[in-house]
Amino acid sequence: MRSSNLRRFLLGGLLVAIGLALVVSGFASPSPDGLEKVATDKGFLETARDHLFADGPLADYAVKGVDNERLSTGLSGLIGVLVTFGVGWALFALVRALRSRGQDSDPSRAP
Amino acid sequence: MHIPDGFINAPTSLAAGAVAAGGVGVSLRRAAQTLQEKQAPLAGLVAAYIFAVQMLNFPVAAGTSGHLLGGVLAAVLVGPWAGCICVAVVLVVQSLYADGGLTALGLNITNMAVVGVFGGWAIFWLLRRALPATKTSVVVSAGIAAGISVVLAAGSFVVEYAIGGAGNAPVGTVFAAMVGVHTLIGIGEGIITALTVGVVLGVRPDLVYGAQDLQVPLVLGTEPERAAGEVS
Repeated sequence: MRSSNLRRFLLGGLLVAIGLALVVSGFASPSPDGLEKVATDKGFLETARDHLFADGPLADYAVKGVDNERLSTGLSGLIGVLVTFGVGWALFALVRALRSRGQDSDPSRAP
Repeated sequence: MHIPDGFINAPTSLAAGAVAAGGVGVSLRRAAQTLQEKQAPLAGLVAAYIFAVQMLNFPVAAGTSGHLLGGVLAAVLVGPWAGCICVAVVLVVQSLYADGGLTALGLNITNMAVVGVFGGWAIFWLLRRALPATKTSVVVSAGIAAGISVVLAAGSFVVEYAIGGAGNAPVGTVFAAMVGVHTLIGIGEGIITALTVGVVLGVRPDLVYGAQDLQVPLVLGTEPERAAGEVS
């Protein structure tokens, strides 16, 4: 695989994701989503309990302490994209690494 | 489609947690076998992109919005095993945003990362077999499968509601309402998925798992001749 091209692709993709989460997210529809709407219409929305992190620093896609709504949403999105990218990459790299170690020890176990 | 705490009772949530753990566990094992080292950052990017686009609620019917679930998008780009993990990672990160209940995480992973990814992938696979082997077919198949995957995930919620829903609304009316609104949301899912797959196919077709069969094996057959030509 052309690795420099791959790096450019990854960087470009990440910039697109950051742009969407940081800027475009401020223009998203504020209406309830499909499930929330159905729950409201069918009368079971009130069965929902408060989320454990309902008062957390990132609750409802807003950064606590940032009052400008669009900026707050955008920043929370930026954080989310970076965290998701990092966690995802690390997890897949870890899984790959564990597997190669398992493979190395396989021949010794073979009869 | 993120289920909050309370919608579904504890036993059903626990059972869904077992389904989710099984699905993600098998996916981790299979992804480890198939994923190449360089694909790890790519899978991270797919997860990050899905997180971003899930923030972009688009209006559907009156007073209702929807957003990408991303299951088929992930499956077509990095394969269903890695795709399931990508969506699960997104759902876990979203817990920090109070989006989707902690006790409902198993339910949400089951609906969106297991049913959405593997159900959608099965449809994509069937469509790919039925249609000619072209890039256009990959884009069209991804779009249609993505749209249907949203309805499948909605159906999965209705099954959970039927087993352990806390509400009193009859299952039939919840089913009709969920399928109705998520058919509309599925159209958006299909468009976003088709557009994204189309762009990646245009830039780096070799990175699209669901289009691997379209890669022309251009190296082996002609290599000796070309090498000889370069030397002289």
